[in-house]
Amino acid sequence: MPEPTIYELSVEGRMGVRFPEPDVPRAPLPDGLVREHFHFPQVSEVDVVRHFTHLSTLNYGIDSGMYPLGSCTMKYNPKVNEEAARLPGFAFVHPLQPIDTVQGSLLLMYQLQEMLKEIGGFEGVSLQPAAGAHGELTGVLIIRAYHCSRGDTRRTRIIIPDSAHGTNPATSAMAGFEVVNVRTDSRGNVDLEALRALCDDRLAGLMLTNPNTLGLFDQNILDVVDAVHEAGGLVYGDGANMNALLGIARPGDLGIDVMHFNLHKTFSTPHGGGGPGSGPVGVSGALVDFLPGPIVKIVEEGGEDLPPLYGLVMPEHSIGRVKSFFGHFGMMVRAFTYIAMNGAEGLRSVAEHAVLNANYLLARIKDVYHLPYPRTCMHEFVVEGQWKDAPDVHALDISKRLMDYNFHPPTNYFPLIVHEALMIEPTETENKETLDRFADALLKIAQEAHEDPSLLKSAPHHTPVGRVDEVKAARDLVLCCWTPDQA
Amino acid sequence: MFVPHTDAEREEMLKAIGVERIEDLFTDVPEDYRFPYLGLPGGLTEMEIMAELQEIAAANSSTREMACFLGAGAYNHYIPAAVDAIIRRGEFLTAYTPYQPEVSQGTLQAIFEYQSMIAALTGMEVSNASHYDGATAAAEAVVMAYHHFRGKRGKVVLSPGVHPQYRAVIRTYMQGYAGFQIAGDHEPGCDPLSGPETLLPMIDANTSLVLVQYPDFFGRLYDYTALAQAAHEAGALLAVAVNPLSLGLLKPPGEFGADIVVGEGQSLGIPLSFGGPYLGLFATRKEYVRRLAGRLVGETVDNAGRRAYVLTLTAREQHIRREKATSNICTNQGLIALTATVYMSLLGKHGLRQVAELCYHKAHYAAEKINAIPGFSVCMDRPFFHEFVVCCPMPASRLNDRLIDHGIIGGYDLQQDYPALENRMLIAVTEMNTRDEIDHLAEALSEVSHA
Repeated sequence: MPEPTIYELSVEGRMGVRFPEPDVPRAPLPDGLVREHFHFPQVSEVDVVRHFTHLSTLNYGIDSGMYPLGSCTMKYNPKVNEEAARLPGFAFVHPLQPIDTVQGSLLLMYQLQEMLKEIGGFEGVSLQPAAGAHGELTGVLIIRAYHCSRGDTRRTRIIIPDSAHGTNPATSAMAGFEVVNVRTDSRGNVDLEALRALCDDRLAGLMLTNPNTLGLFDQNILDVVDAVHEAGGLVYGDGANMNALLGIARPGDLGIDVMHFNLHKTFSTPHGGGGPGSGPVGVSGALVDFLPGPIVKIVEEGGEDLPPLYGLVMPEHSIGRVKSFFGHFGMMVRAFTYIAMNGAEGLRSVAEHAVLNANYLLARIKDVYHLPYPRTCMHEFVVEGQWKDAPDVHALDISKRLMDYNFHPPTNYFPLIVHEALMIEPTETENKETLDRFADALLKIAQEAHEDPSLLKSAPHHTPVGRVDEVKAARDLVLCCWTPDQA
Repeated sequence: MFVPHTDAEREEMLKAIGVERIEDLFTDVPEDYRFPYLGLPGGLTEMEIMAELQEIAAANSSTREMACFLGAGAYNHYIPAAVDAIIRRGEFLTAYTPYQPEVSQGTLQAIFEYQSMIAALTGMEVSNASHYDGATAAAEAVVMAYHHFRGKRGKVVLSPGVHPQYRAVIRTYMQGYAGFQIAGDHEPGCDPLSGPETLLPMIDANTSLVLVQYPDFFGRLYDYTALAQAAHEAGALLAVAVNPLSLGLLKPPGEFGADIVVGEGQSLGIPLSFGGPYLGLFATRKEYVRRLAGRLVGETVDNAGRRAYVLTLTAREQHIRREKATSNICTNQGLIALTATVYMSLLGKHGLRQVAELCYHKAHYAAEKINAIPGFSVCMDRPFFHEFVVCCPMPASRLNDRLIDHGIIGGYDLQQDYPALENRMLIAVTEMNTRDEIDHLAEALSEVSHA
């Protein structure tokens, strides 16, 4: 049964919440500025609760089962994070309160800045960016500001590997750069020769995801970084895959100049059905003055019994604000909680087991699913979702059929350099039994693909709706519950 | 901590992979940099971290303990209990962006309802699935207008009554755009409190967008119909940044002729949370939908003809168009948009009007009380919603320091952003402020200014 929309549930005169009558005299309402038409739902509280509860049951989340969506790091989101962010001292504080009434928030942000510096090997961190792509924009604007500050205005190009997330080229264009692609070599690394040929005095920087979207650690990482630096460019690290590197390697040590973290991937803050994320940016010493601000600093050292005074400071050559206030504080509380619970050893264990799980899963299926770049993977891997002897079955069909086995599908058709890509990231929080069940399902589906492909073509069969008509959605463009004549 | 493996399982898995130790999986990482020391404190249990967090949180003074008259873009409102009960459901909380519609109908329908309510509230035809916050939504409006005219109209006319942080973010976003310029908010001798009529002469054939705020940063209400006409006559677009809660009472910008409505959605049931995560609103007319940044959910049918929802017009987006996308935005504010959807559903047409009116009446009561204090005057010659400017006998920040001792979080010190507005305080009043609190504020202001 499809759930009616909130507008369909509406009955004139119904209300879900009542507020007290005013305890002050009523003021005359502003002439000519009061609205006359308002097409809005009218429902009771129980209607609302049942409506959204029913909607929630049509969803699949990490709490429902394994969610091996490659490049998204769908690890378990600890429930304690939610308690932490809702502590009244965090949840009900206004961002513009006098500084001495928000010392708790500032201390937490300061400590998180320090933690991320240590984990990433950076000299400075800004917590302001709202999500990964927002961190990318911040980082690329920092690269631009750095070159401009040196009077080096000819650097108009950003190099991006052909395996990169779509956000990388979109970000570079948004910051006013020309995008130049560099290919991936047969081992799955950046093609060094091709890269070197592109490194000239027009180069502003390289945007690099490492491990890359094939789940492979670039074996020439130091040479790649050197080639860019020798040409006067900077290296941007896309931190989307940082879950593989916690306590394994620090991007700053490898020569990455600027990188965003995804608190909602690596540090367990929930994805919320599409955000909010949080994309703090870490930078090397040469770039700290360009960070967006304000950032938290100790403005007065503490004494023996006196805590230090934290304050908000704008870096000297800051690119400016990228967001109102100070970033997604609620997400910072969750990530701080996660990092503090893990400690250094726990974080290394996270990365080790993320990589162990991926390689184990790969070992279980690689005789059946073709692995185009046959190497030890990091936290994820990409296989082909098609067979020569079952050509009608596509990666999408395999993904949809997995839903019938009660798994969320992997990422499909990305990265673009793999034919019929299935990008699988199990994360460290899945146990061996779950990985085995998932591997069994993939093997069973491969068998079905050969014996009864229609089972895959018509999948999923056990979900709230079947395959949806995307073409109709784009053609008819119904983006709203009501039509203008109803308003 | 959240790694479930036993030693025996680990051994079995390593054997299946064909390596001896976990460390053997990392030989691609340059040896000199492999397994660095991380100077972090040892891991804590849940019990220990909660104790530590409680101590940290206690070092803040919250709006639960103090009377709050601070707004300036973030407001203290009542959030009904049902809101949090819904958004904590794991099926919503722990899902990803709904790329796989068959297992994401809950998120998709909720976003569809969000789009519908935001369109109704703003008087527009189309809303996206959200932006990061009001400031970034405003910046995306500027980017959209720039591309709408293919970069040929380099000027944006920006009212000084737009939130200073939104204006700052617009400048950050646009620093790489050749030929881009901003008029209006920083002209020499520009009166920050001037009205929209001062923007009229700046609108010309090079203008892509005129951006104003409603209620503006100072709380004032203007009818922007004439401004919309002037913008359209010059071929430019008009964008209005709104506080959506006020639109429960006020005429929506769509009726003024706005082409784009952006705004900060925090007032729709989202906790203050020290500045985020909040909610960026972005709505427009259907003719501009292909220039819109961010996710969009459309209605369609499944293979059995049942109504279903799906992300649509994805050809605008970065994962398809790469460097030709309308924006780089990917993850947005999914759960916060859901929060606003549940809040708007609960309050509905009448509740939203009721809460907006409460804010309005209480703010006007407060303005009258404060205006009566010797040395203070309310400097508003316009209708206002729930925020107003007060001329004080001393710097607002000094008053605020003293108000803390009276259990009051005072208003915003306008001099921080507008040097000309010396001794001016922006005071916000919501349904959370009782008459007693307002009377207490007036008494405290009188007392601390004479101390």
